[in-house]
Amino acid sequence: MHVPDGFLDVPTSVATGAVAAAGVGLALRGARRELDDRTAPMAGLVAAFVFATQMLNFPVGAGTSGHLLGGALAAVLVGPWTGVLCLSVVLLVQALLFADGGITAIGTNVTLMGIVGVGVGWLVFVLVQKVLPKRTSLVPVAAGLAGLVSVPAAALTFVGLFAVGGQAPVDLGAVLTAMLGWHLVIGVGEAVITGLVISSVVAVRPDLVYGARRVLAARTLELRGPTTDREVPA
Amino acid sequence: MRTRTLVLSGLLVALVLAGVVSVYASSHPDGLEYVAGRTGFLDTADDHAAGDGPFADYATKGVDDARLSGGLAGVVGTLVVLVIAGGIGFAVRRRGSSDDRQDSRDETVV
Repeated sequence: MHVPDGFLDVPTSVATGAVAAAGVGLALRGARRELDDRTAPMAGLVAAFVFATQMLNFPVGAGTSGHLLGGALAAVLVGPWTGVLCLSVVLLVQALLFADGGITAIGTNVTLMGIVGVGVGWLVFVLVQKVLPKRTSLVPVAAGLAGLVSVPAAALTFVGLFAVGGQAPVDLGAVLTAMLGWHLVIGVGEAVITGLVISSVVAVRPDLVYGARRVLAARTLELRGPTTDREVPA
Repeated sequence: MRTRTLVLSGLLVALVLAGVVSVYASSHPDGLEYVAGRTGFLDTADDHAAGDGPFADYATKGVDDARLSGGLAGVVGTLVVLVIAGGIGFAVRRRGSSDDRQDSRDETVV
């Protein structure tokens, strides 16, 4: 979903640039609450992993492809603020080094995939977690649903920006329908990959999954004896 | 599993995905590009200002073999992102750990 230079006019790009700058500024402060000596290495790993998976376009039919956006994945693994930072680094490197996503559109792309992708992903994850029983086995399910919703949410935001600052007189309804439709399909891929990755990490080190902390805290109260030390790290 | 083991194996997976598996990724346009083409705003895109860079479009300049060129670009990108995001992570983190018991566990469990 990398927006190139020229899709949006200058005022819109400046506005999204301001939103992105404010978001990253807040995230730099918020990430402090999420990262300590133990979890800090995860920020680098998650960003590197999101970069790698964004290279893996999977076909979604009719000559179209999609790739993981990774917003929900990053939010659940390292926390939403750190997730915004991870996605922003990925998008910045992609634009500057790989000519993927316009340079004047960096703010737009950070807003869409960083702030909206991570933010909506995290909100959905928290909501789903409230509904589901507190079990570690359900963390990947909540993360997958978060991924599923985050992709069309970012696509919808793009259509909103395009309605304001689009540079071509095209039928907005057609853009809306096509963007939502295709990105729902891509969202299914996002859900599957997000769920699989989260379940792999939850299986070996649930304490390193930010989104599993509340579930682990609830589990500590249920277990007694020696198993507490071994199985309930956080 | 120790944190270091997890981070190193995760990094290895990322490097293999970006360096090897990416060669087999679909080359079809992504959702946005496809919709832009279909609904008629694709040609409002401008040429990329960094389009002549050494790794533009995930290809390494001067490397003719397509697999090597793309794989090298993927590996470089993964490492650059790792260093920048990892550096930011360490810079903004709280010193120490919120859970001391966890720290000792990391050191003792092999």
